[in-house]
Amino acid sequence: MSALAAVATALQILGVLAGAPLVVGGMRQVRARLEGRAGGGIGQPWRDLRKQLRKQQITPRGTTVVFALAPAVVAGSTLLIAAIVPLIALGSPLDSAADLFGVVGLLFLGTVALTLAGLDTGTAFGGMGSSREITIAALVEPTILLAVFALSVPGRSANLAAIVSASALNPGQLVSPGSVLAFVALAIVIIAETGRLPVDNPSTHLEVTMIHEAMILEYAGPQLALVEWASGMRLTVLLALVANLFIPWGVAGAHPSLLAVLVGFVAITAKVSVLGGVLAAGEVFIAKLRLFRVPELLAGSFLLALLAVTASYFFATPTN
Amino acid sequence: MTAALHDAPTVPVLGEDTHAKRPSGVVVALSGGLTAALGAVGVALGLAVIFGAPRHLRIGWLLPLVGVRFDLDPLGGFFMAATGAVSIAVGIYAAGYAQRERWAGFPMIMLPLFVAGMLAVPAAGSVTTFLLAWELMAAASLALVLSEHRRVAVRSAGVFYAVMTQLGFAAILLALVVLSAAAGGDAFATIAAHVGGIAPGTRTAVFVLTLMGFGSKAGLLPLHAWLPRAHPEAPSPVSALMSAAMVNMGIYGIIRIDLQLLGPGPHSWGLTLMIFGAVSAVFGVLQASVATDLKRLLAYSTTENMGLITLALGAAALLSSSGAPKVAAIAMTAALLHLLSHAAFKTLGFLAAGSVLAATGLRDLNKLGGLARRMPGTTVMFAISALGASGLPLGAGFVSEWLLLQSLIHSPHENNTLLALTMPLSVGAVALTTGLGIAAMVKAFGVGFLARPRSPAAEGAREAPASMLTGMALAAAACVVFALAPALLGPTLRRVLAVLPAVGGQAAGPALGTYLRLPGVSGSMSPGLIAAALVTAVLLTLGLARWGRRHRPAAAVVPLWACGADSLSSRMQYTATSFAEPLQRVFDNVLKPDTNLEVIHFAESRYLVEKITYRTLLADPIEERFYTPVVRAVTTWAQWVRRAHPGSVHLYLAYGALGLLVVLLVAR
Repeated sequence: MSALAAVATALQILGVLAGAPLVVGGMRQVRARLEGRAGGGIGQPWRDLRKQLRKQQITPRGTTVVFALAPAVVAGSTLLIAAIVPLIALGSPLDSAADLFGVVGLLFLGTVALTLAGLDTGTAFGGMGSSREITIAALVEPTILLAVFALSVPGRSANLAAIVSASALNPGQLVSPGSVLAFVALAIVIIAETGRLPVDNPSTHLEVTMIHEAMILEYAGPQLALVEWASGMRLTVLLALVANLFIPWGVAGAHPSLLAVLVGFVAITAKVSVLGGVLAAGEVFIAKLRLFRVPELLAGSFLLALLAVTASYFFATPTN
Repeated sequence: MTAALHDAPTVPVLGEDTHAKRPSGVVVALSGGLTAALGAVGVALGLAVIFGAPRHLRIGWLLPLVGVRFDLDPLGGFFMAATGAVSIAVGIYAAGYAQRERWAGFPMIMLPLFVAGMLAVPAAGSVTTFLLAWELMAAASLALVLSEHRRVAVRSAGVFYAVMTQLGFAAILLALVVLSAAAGGDAFATIAAHVGGIAPGTRTAVFVLTLMGFGSKAGLLPLHAWLPRAHPEAPSPVSALMSAAMVNMGIYGIIRIDLQLLGPGPHSWGLTLMIFGAVSAVFGVLQASVATDLKRLLAYSTTENMGLITLALGAAALLSSSGAPKVAAIAMTAALLHLLSHAAFKTLGFLAAGSVLAATGLRDLNKLGGLARRMPGTTVMFAISALGASGLPLGAGFVSEWLLLQSLIHSPHENNTLLALTMPLSVGAVALTTGLGIAAMVKAFGVGFLARPRSPAAEGAREAPASMLTGMALAAAACVVFALAPALLGPTLRRVLAVLPAVGGQAAGPALGTYLRLPGVSGSMSPGLIAAALVTAVLLTLGLARWGRRHRPAAAVVPLWACGADSLSSRMQYTATSFAEPLQRVFDNVLKPDTNLEVIHFAESRYLVEKITYRTLLADPIEERFYTPVVRAVTTWAQWVRRAHPGSVHLYLAYGALGLLVVLLVAR
């Protein structure tokens, strides 16, 4: 690990911290324009964050430390993922400390913290949101792990640097049936896990439909800011991860030069912007699914992931 | 509007024994102390054998003809140490529990006896000694399950457990008798020496019979039905011993007889183990995720985890017979490590559930809640256990599940269709198990311990006494070690693996250091570093959230938002039933819930609702499908047989004379 690799990791963390609200703002802006509205501008989430961080710290009566700490756990686990995954460069100091299974585990740790906070409030809304969120998370997990499996077959490792460098060295693998199926499966579960349409509508506050928003209904002020920031960071990190897993170009190596780090930074910014834009544009044309149709969608993605593994097993090109 | 929920039974605080007198402190301390001391001996002996020479002990006079024979090797030592460690925590806990729950003398005598039986099983060196120890363990546990026999539910669970454990024993007895007859010896060492000469048909028969017998002890499907009945009804320290130590003996039997003595077997053995394991894991966790009785949930979670261990054993056997000993060694390490971590978090889970039961008299999650403020110590303990059971990072189950997944994804697949099909499906099963396990544990902890109390009993809960907390703290410390520093277990696991050549014993197992590295495949992970980094990251975000603090008004505690109404009643909260309802709906076809929703309207208008009654009954579908017909057939047959003994002494004398005649004729 070189000093520049550590710099690249620090840049990843800072980039995700600063960029997440911009990604959310950008996606909202794309939607607004496509729907014929003026929109609040890309910087609006940042302005919201600043406003919320200056508000009063409020503790709902009867809640415990679980409620108070959950936002920090979600945000912290997401930041840790941002430090582990290769967004700008491959040589993260934490790469061998956690592989893709570890990253998925951290992701779920954040989800669990928020669902417990929802239950901790002891309101109908909190319980409802938690119950729905955990149902979706439980059904998402098999697909994610199977997709990880499919991705780890070519590089023979579930460590992220190995996966990304294997597909960068052998780009033919990216258009193999296994890889394409894994991409679709992973895209669906990321939509489900980050609460985007058609699984959840981030801009709704209607009892019958909301999932994530119901769970965090009791949060206000600085804690709400942290929750919203964390959910933006989750979206950003996952989009960036998918981008690098399937479009591995531009990622700096384990011992990068300064130029490579800069190229990596520009590349990941461009990839996330495009992916976010596509996702937002797609959301304009679809409606939210009924809650009990969501499992069907997830079952479909599970099947795709299973096919992806089987395909990558049978069509695997021997690399060594 | 009222809603009636009839789900899990509620146990009265002290049963009908309200008048029972407190047991004397000396007796209680003696029983708990003896249990813990036996456990300590087990741990010391187990570790001595793992790191030293095997030990042998023959007591010829104790049993006619064959004598009692103990041969301890590293495999037996491993199970002995695991059982001993559980017993230490349970013994200390039981001292406080027995006092608080006013135990009678009988269970206090049986508790050390049960532990002694369990310690003797892995030490047994011959078929006769093994069966003897096994039966001692089974009988003592049955007596302990029945210790609150004044309740009907306990008696019914006891009958269920007695029948199933004895049927399992019969299967094991038959298998081992056939095995020792075929090998021409009673000692395991003799059998191991002559196992090559046994016909394949006999080997398969022994495998099937032992799988049934040991599988029923381990709670594998479809022989799991005793587990969700007996574990909830037994006193909690006993549940902990049964669920964290006794079920392991089923796994021990499978490893010792099927993998070590008989193995290596054909592909089909490994495949069979994998199928039974995967089905048990998914079914167990599905039932746990919809269960509303805290101890029943934990019992189903035991079926789930034993399923995962069996799946890992099967994967190890299959990989080994497919020529991948290195990956097989990873799977076997995963099985052994998961067994240990399950023992730790399940001990803790049942002990914490026991504290809740002792404090509130409740096992029904729908009536619990708000314990975090009333029983903070117990709540932290249960949280550690639940984190371990959910297989998330920082939890005790994470490392072993990671190893299992690594062994599944690194199986060699070139020109091997069998592995190419089984491994992805196994990963899917493990992943679904983990996902649903998270849901089950979030429900148990979130509904049971957080939020507001749902009944007066939960509202009046008070913290468990010091000895109970100490017992739990020991198990919690083990959980933390397994979660953060599995490196400490590395040498032990390596030595146990070395005596299991049938499952990749010759290959170097995974190196468990600060970083977990897998030999032969690229993959590494460091649970300790992840934990440290996560703590740093959380502190960093807490620092970030201080930004803008200068502008904030003073912090305030405010009422919950009540949608504009006056206040929220605790009945407006989500319950365990409502929390699991989406999952119950998704898995409708498997769970087959019997739900009944009755809406009664006012006579004046159909638009106004007077009363809503919701009942849901979640019976075990396997039990209904497979057990009910068998029980009915046996009952019908018994009714037929009954006609032969109407009570006439003359008839009985005639039977006796006829029987004697037949015997004489046959023996002539």
